[in-house]
Amino acid sequence: MTKLTFVAFDGTRFEVDAENGSTVMENAIRNAVPGIEAECGGACACATCHVYVDEAWTGVVGEPEAMEEDMLDFAYEVRPNSRLSCQIKVRDELDGLVVSVPERQG
Amino acid sequence: MAEPTRTDVLIVGAGPVGLFAVFQLGLFDMRCHLVDILDRPGGQCAELYPEKPIYDIPGYPMISAQGLVDRLMEQIAPFTPGFTFNRMVTALERLEDGGFRVTTDENEVFEARVVVIAAGGGSFQPKRPPIPGIEAYEGGSVFYSVRRMEAFRGEKVLIVGGGDSALDWTLNLQPVAESVTLVHRRPEFRAAPDSVNKMYALQEMKQLEFLVGQVTGLHGGDGKLTAATVKGPDGEVEVPCTRLLPFFGLTMKLGPVADWGLNLHENLIPVDTEKFETSEPGIFAIGDINWYPGKLKLILSGFHEAALMAQAAKRIVSPGERIVFQYTTSSTSLQKKLGVA
Repeated sequence: MTKLTFVAFDGTRFEVDAENGSTVMENAIRNAVPGIEAECGGACACATCHVYVDEAWTGVVGEPEAMEEDMLDFAYEVRPNSRLSCQIKVRDELDGLVVSVPERQG
Repeated sequence: MAEPTRTDVLIVGAGPVGLFAVFQLGLFDMRCHLVDILDRPGGQCAELYPEKPIYDIPGYPMISAQGLVDRLMEQIAPFTPGFTFNRMVTALERLEDGGFRVTTDENEVFEARVVVIAAGGGSFQPKRPPIPGIEAYEGGSVFYSVRRMEAFRGEKVLIVGGGDSALDWTLNLQPVAESVTLVHRRPEFRAAPDSVNKMYALQEMKQLEFLVGQVTGLHGGDGKLTAATVKGPDGEVEVPCTRLLPFFGLTMKLGPVADWGLNLHENLIPVDTEKFETSEPGIFAIGDINWYPGKLKLILSGFHEAALMAQAAKRIVSPGERIVFQYTTSSTSLQKKLGVA
């Protein structure tokens, strides 16, 4: 199991055990993390599972692919560490990953 | 008032479940007309994820969302349903004879014995960008689509977005408007490369301005826009503008369905599980928009709901007629309707 931490907009931390191969978004939904809507269900088609990757982790998590970058155009307050959580697959190297939920989804 | 289009069943929403309802209703000789806010059939399957695979349609280990829509269109073709696209159903009222009058946002009128709401997550509507105070300018200076280009003649137009809508309107309004400024959060675009090249060429000739950044504030008063603040990599600039066109894609909203006097449960329409009828007799709700204990938002659940709904709809459309349960495999009368016998 890989440990993930979601920081809600109000600062509440949600520490969850995630299965490798699942997406970060799926773990947010399963654990009812507020602020992750995932309207399209993980198809990279809506930009409502937008998160900010903790600066210490951006290198490990990596950059969005072109399709995700396109979809990020629809997100609210996009920053250099913005990602769509449905496009981040959980793996061993992400053990301890911290992501924050924006004030609102687009 | 326009002459109403008469049909047996008016279906609100042309997603997969609305389309399959045509098949089930058609087997019982009911004529259908579908109204959808999108410009083509398929609903979310067509708009959100046409190329994505679906793995839980019985009989198809894998089918793309658009593939499923294409197959459904083929499957219902024998029943020649009517379609009205690019329209939102705004009003639904009961007539004295027990039927319904349905009106669209362009004032088309339909009269039907039965109404089936298959509106999924609601109607697709343009997304409002998160710019503080934008509501105050909507309708006067802020528009989410261009219905008449004349409304932009001589105006200082600010367009936000990086897709085809943003680029197309940048190019189309450039000769008409006093000035056009395009704002996008990065120099790469989702739009057709040809449009992007044209835009950069016009920028080169100083015929329009392109800024990398995000609009963070609006200035003006009395619903009239005078300028916008654009935050870019090098800080903030103020861009004079009298019209703002944000193109931030579509989102789903329940919309006018909420005003039709139906009971609602957390923005969903409660139905019974025998007929999938709403709190109003003669109005059914199937697919993602309905709710009942154990509801699963699966396309296949919507298909099942359509089949049971059709039985109940038949009793309303043809009261007193005996309903005979038949299989398409063996019934020559059903096969005639499908054009295969």
